[in-house]
Amino acid sequence: MKILVCISHVPDTTSKINFVENNTKFDTAGVQFIIGPYDDYALARAIELKETLSATVTVLNVGLAETEPTIRKALAIGADDAIRVNAVPTDSFFVATQIAEHAKGYDLILMGRESIDYNSGVVHSMVGELLGLPSVSPVMKLDLEGTTVKMQREIEGGKESLEATLPLIAGCQEPIAEWKIPNMRGIMSARTKPLTVVDPKAVDAPVNFQKYELPPPKGAVKMISEDNVAELVTLLKNEAKVL
Amino acid sequence: MAILVFVESADGKIKKTSLEAVAYAHAMGDKVTAIALGTIDKAELTAVGKYGASKVLTVSDERLNQGVIRAYAAVLAQAIQAESADTLVLANSSLGTPVAASVAVKIGASLASNVVGLPDTSSGFVVKQSIYTGKAFAMVEMKNQKKVIGIKKNAVELKEVGGDATVSDFTANLTDADFGTKITATEKATGDILLPEAEIVVSGGRGMKGPEHWGILEDLAKTLGAATGCSKPVSDIGWRPHHEHVGQTGVKVAPQLYIAVGISGAIQHLAGVNSSKYIVVINKDPEAPFFKAADYGIVGDAFTVVPKLTDAIKASK
Ligand SMILES: Cc1cc2nc3c(=O)[nH]c(=O)nc-3n(C[C@H](O)[C@H](O)[C@H](O)COP(=O)(O)OP(=O)(O)OC[C@H]3O[C@@H](n4cnc5c(N)ncnc54)[C@H](O)[C@@H]3O)c2cc1C
Repeated sequence: MKILVCISHVPDTTSKINFVENNTKFDTAGVQFIIGPYDDYALARAIELKETLSATVTVLNVGLAETEPTIRKALAIGADDAIRVNAVPTDSFFVATQIAEHAKGYDLILMGRESIDYNSGVVHSMVGELLGLPSVSPVMKLDLEGTTVKMQREIEGGKESLEATLPLIAGCQEPIAEWKIPNMRGIMSARTKPLTVVDPKAVDAPVNFQKYELPPPKGAVKMISEDNVAELVTLLKNEAKVL
Repeated sequence: MAILVFVESADGKIKKTSLEAVAYAHAMGDKVTAIALGTIDKAELTAVGKYGASKVLTVSDERLNQGVIRAYAAVLAQAIQAESADTLVLANSSLGTPVAASVAVKIGASLASNVVGLPDTSSGFVVKQSIYTGKAFAMVEMKNQKKVIGIKKNAVELKEVGGDATVSDFTANLTDADFGTKITATEKATGDILLPEAEIVVSGGRGMKGPEHWGILEDLAKTLGAATGCSKPVSDIGWRPHHEHVGQTGVKVAPQLYIAVGISGAIQHLAGVNSSKYIVVINKDPEAPFFKAADYGIVGDAFTVVPKLTDAIKASK
């Protein structure tokens, strides 16, 4: 059983978002990068499966050398080896194409439901289409019974139970597993685990991110006394006009 | 050129966000055909015309009564071809988003998700996409001739522009491979207002102290016609179902009004609510960070303030 976990290298969730070079580039100054939180759930589930089945877990990241600490962290959490596709992850289709190139031969391809930088939530489904395999997202529960995969997918206002057979692609979210924190032994062994760097496949970019902007700043909050709750209702009606 | 719009339904009704997708396509100025999959009442389909679709295709294949992602994508790709459409518009959702991705690969289209406004065609074709979980926007040039646009709630204003649409049957060729995933059960709250679509959301955090106290939030929500949400720890401990979890790793909401009760306002929670038009915060701690992101705030104990608020709203009706 071979599991591939695709991870994004993204700004920590507490990062201040800013752009430089005339708003054409993300400002990385002072930003700490992490494994995408949804990808981290996918990785945690893969490690659980590895512990109960005899599986190997490979992590894949599309990124330049700067992402290697993030990849090493995934190895420290328990992945066996890693592939880094040496390229800037310019858009979803580019990333999906690189994943599809390396995903052949894996039984289960897991990743987060979306990356927390661009939030498009489409890479898993693109990989599925490129490989002609079923792809399911957002998956909140995933169990294996032989080659049958039993899953739960979150839908608006509820959940859906699904079944499919391997090989399969899943975009994961909580509560599929709990995030795992690497231990000292994991961190030590991660240093020597194989990390293969490969060149990307050329893709005609279907989109181009031209420029970025920040939302307008929020006005000051109006405080209302807890003894005068009716005033809030009046403001919501007459000022905000939302009631 | 023609635009195809995929419309989703819930409880037999076309979703409001899908009607927004129709309005979006209409505002783009081309001929708009909508397509609905599975069994939906005919009156619901003709009514899509009000928002600008001249024609609605219906695909009544029983297997499509459930949202099987690749099968839906196969039907849409065939409909795009049959209608000589060059653009597909749909609302981002747990179904719409992955379907959009599959279709884009099938037809070689440029894809944009979470689009918040109409395209700028003054030089190329550029849309504004919400990124960094609502903390920024990107201007995305869609370079291919074919395009798939996923829109975020409130991307356009919903207004009636037309009359009834003509409804016609569309037949798609589907293979077993398109149904590689089998849906075995669906659990869904019916009749409730769905959180991602709600115009008003009442949300509770750890400050609510326990699931037994949600009654006062439900009363407030009922009085307002609101959906209920919660913070991540609340769904982690199982006080509330997971699909109510709002934030960075949960549902991203964009209501007219978001009322947060006993939620501290961690940056990860704010990421899921920053597209709300107005935010009200009720918290007993005047230093709670949520007040900085709020429009209106009340410092006080949720257990006394919330019932008072419910009564005041009832009294004002
Ligand atoms: C990668 C990552 C992703 C995350 N994603 C999310 C996410 O998607 N959504 C999310 O919500 N969180 C998320 N979190 C967690 C987040 O950081 C916070 O821990 C969480 O939002 C806190 O929830 P809370 O406000 O309910 O609880 P607390 O922070 O404990 O706040 C409780 C609040 O209730 C107030 N209170 C207490 N008693 C009363 C009372 N009687 N009346 C009124 N107010 C009262 C307190 O003053 C306090 O402000 C994430 C964290 C990480 C690291």
